[in-house]
Amino acid sequence: MTITTAGYSLLPVLPELTLAVGAMALLMIGAFNGPKVTGLVTTLAVCLLVVVGAAEIMLPAGKHVTFAGSFIVDDYARFLKVLAIIASAVTLILSREFLGDQSRRIFEYAILVLLSTLGMMVLISAGDLIMLYLGLELMSLSLYVVAASNRDNAKSTEAGLKYFVLGALSSGMLLYGASMVYGFTGTVSFAGIAAEARTGNIGLVFGLVFLLAGLCFKVSAVPFHMWTPDVYEGAPTPVTAFFASAPKVAALAVFTRVALTAFPGIVVQWQQVVVFVSLASMVLGSFAAIGQTNIKRLMAYSSIGHMGFALVGLAAGTQEGAQGVLVYIAIYVAMTLGTFAIILTMKRNGQPVETIKDFAGLSRTNPIIAFFFAMFLFSLAGVPPLAGFFGKFYVFMAAIKSGLFVLAVVGVLASVVGAFYYLSIVKLMYFDEPVGKLDSMRVELRTVLAVAGVFNVLFFVYPAPLVNAASFAAKSLF
Amino acid sequence: MILPALFFYLFASVCVASAVMVIASRNPVHSVLFLILAFVNASGLFVLMGAEFLAMLLIVVYVGAVAVLFLFVIMMLDVDFTQLREGFIQYLPFGLVIGAIFLAELLLVAGGWVMNPNVTKSITAAIPTNVSNTEALGLVLYTKYIHYFQLAGMVLLVAMIGAIVLTLRHKVKVRRQDINVQNARNPELAMEVRKVATGQGLQDADAGSWVK
Repeated sequence: MTITTAGYSLLPVLPELTLAVGAMALLMIGAFNGPKVTGLVTTLAVCLLVVVGAAEIMLPAGKHVTFAGSFIVDDYARFLKVLAIIASAVTLILSREFLGDQSRRIFEYAILVLLSTLGMMVLISAGDLIMLYLGLELMSLSLYVVAASNRDNAKSTEAGLKYFVLGALSSGMLLYGASMVYGFTGTVSFAGIAAEARTGNIGLVFGLVFLLAGLCFKVSAVPFHMWTPDVYEGAPTPVTAFFASAPKVAALAVFTRVALTAFPGIVVQWQQVVVFVSLASMVLGSFAAIGQTNIKRLMAYSSIGHMGFALVGLAAGTQEGAQGVLVYIAIYVAMTLGTFAIILTMKRNGQPVETIKDFAGLSRTNPIIAFFFAMFLFSLAGVPPLAGFFGKFYVFMAAIKSGLFVLAVVGVLASVVGAFYYLSIVKLMYFDEPVGKLDSMRVELRTVLAVAGVFNVLFFVYPAPLVNAASFAAKSLF
Repeated sequence: MILPALFFYLFASVCVASAVMVIASRNPVHSVLFLILAFVNASGLFVLMGAEFLAMLLIVVYVGAVAVLFLFVIMMLDVDFTQLREGFIQYLPFGLVIGAIFLAELLLVAGGWVMNPNVTKSITAAIPTNVSNTEALGLVLYTKYIHYFQLAGMVLLVAMIGAIVLTLRHKVKVRRQDINVQNARNPELAMEVRKVATGQGLQDADAGSWVK
C-alpha cells in the first residue's frame, strides 16, 4: 500500500522535524546555561531520541512518499531508523562518564549526536541522490567533530582530521558518481534511475562504481577502510562505540537501498563490485586483526570484517539477502554496543586501559563481566547458539540460494580465522594470571551490558520478532 | 556560430591548464592563484551555456570568498611545503605504475564505448525561456526544493557548532571586552584629579589608585 502524497505532506517527516527542532531547542538550553548543564542536555537528548523513535513507529502503516519522491518512509526505513535511534541513544548513555569529566563538559556533544542521527534518518529514507548526499553530509560532518571532541588529546584531534580529509575525498567520489548517474539517466530519483538504467551503459556503470566507492567508505569496507583503525583508536571510546554502531546502520541502509531500488536493472554490474568488496573486507578483517594489541583497533578490524559479512547478503541481491543484511546489522549493533560497554569499564584507578593484555585474568577478578565479554566474543565469532551465529546464517543462506558459493565458502573460512583472535582474548581472560583489579562498573554501563548481553545469549530462544520485522522490512524494498 | 566555439575552447583549455598548474606549481600561493584562474574560466564556460547566475555565483563565492580566504590561510600558516613533498620522489614510481594501470584500464573500457545518441535527450529538463536564470532558480529553490534547502541549512548549523566546539576556548585569564562596563564608566570613575606639589611628583605609594 503506497500512500503517495502529491504535495509536500509533512506527516512522514514528523519524527525528523521533531528531532531537528528538539536538537535546536537543546542547543539553546546549552548555549544559555553553559557547560554546567551538559548532563541535563545529554539526558534530554536521550529522551528526545526515545520520543522520535516512538513517533517513527507510530506513523501510519504503509509506504509514505513525500517531497516529490525524495523522501520514503516504508517498513525498511522504519526498521533501520529505529535501530539507528536505539544505537545513538545507547551511545549517549555510554558517554555520560566521558562528558562528566571537568575538562570535557561539552554539551554540544549530545547535540551533534542528535544532528548526526537526523542525518542518518534522512539517509535511510532518501529517495533520490540529492537527499542521499545531504543526509550523508549531515551525518558525517557531525561525526568528524565528535571524533575530535577530546581536543586536548593529540590522537583524538588526529582522528578527527584524518576522518574529515578522507571523508571529504569519499564525498567527492560519491558526488562525481552521482553526477555521472544523473548525466546518463537524466534523473536523480531512485525510481527514475531504475526506470532508465536497464542496460549496462558504460557511463552509467562508471557513475555506479564511483557512487558505490563513496558508500563503501562510509561502511568502511575494503579497499576504503584505511581510516577505520586510526579513527577508532584515536577517538574517545564512547565516540568509537557510536562510530561502530549507528552510522554503520545508516550507511549500510543506504547502500542496500541504492543497490536494490535504483539499480535493479543492472544487478550483474554492481554485484561484481559488492562481491569483491565483501570478500576483501571479510578476509582483511580477519587477518589484519590478529596482530593487534589495542582493543579499539581490534574492534575496528572486527567491524570491517562484519561489514563484509553483512554485504554478503546484499551481494545475493534478493529479498532474502536484504533480510539477512537487516538481521545482521541489528545483531551486530547489539554485540558492538555490549562490547563497548565492557571496553568502557576497563579502567584501573580511574585511568582507562585499552590494550588486550589488560583483559588477562578477568574471569578471576570480575567473573560476570568476563562471562558477558566471552559471550560477546563467541557471538562476534559466530559460534552457535549465540546471536552472531544467526546473523551469519541468514546472509550465507541467501548467498548460497543465489549461487554465490565461493563467497559463502570464503566467508565461512574468514569467520574461522576471525574466531582465532576472538578466542585468544577469551583464553587470556580465563587462563592467564590477572594483572590487577578493575574499577567498579558504572550503573548505566551495567544496564547496557545486561540488556545487550541477555539479547545476545537468549536470542535463539525467541528470534521471531526480529526476523519477522526484518522480513517485512526487506519485502518493502521489492 | 564559430565565436562561441572559439570561446569554449579558450576557456576550457585555460581551465584545464590552470588546474594542472594548481598541482604542479612549487609555490603554494601560485597554486591558489591558478585555482582562481580555473574558477574564472569555469564561470566563463557557464556564461557560454547560458547559466549566468551560476557564473556570477562562482565568481562571487569561490573567487571572492573561498579562494581569497584560502590564500590568506596559506600565507598565514607557515607550512613547509618542501617538507611535505619529502618522500614524493620515493613514492613517485609506485604512483606512476598505479596511474598507468588505471589509465590503461580506462582506455580499454572506454575504447569500445559508443555514445548512446538518446542519452542527451533524457538529460534536458526544459529550460524556461520567459524568465531569467536567477528567477528560475528562485521559483524552485524555496518551493519545490524547500526540503533540500532546509537540510542544507542543518548541515551549515552543524558546521557552525563544530567550529565553535573545536576552537572556542574559555580561558580564565583572557581579558574580554565588556561593553556595558565600558559604557558605564564616567570621568569620576575613570580618572582622579590630584593636586601635585611643585617639584615632588606623585609618590609610588599612590600607584595603586592611578589605574582604576
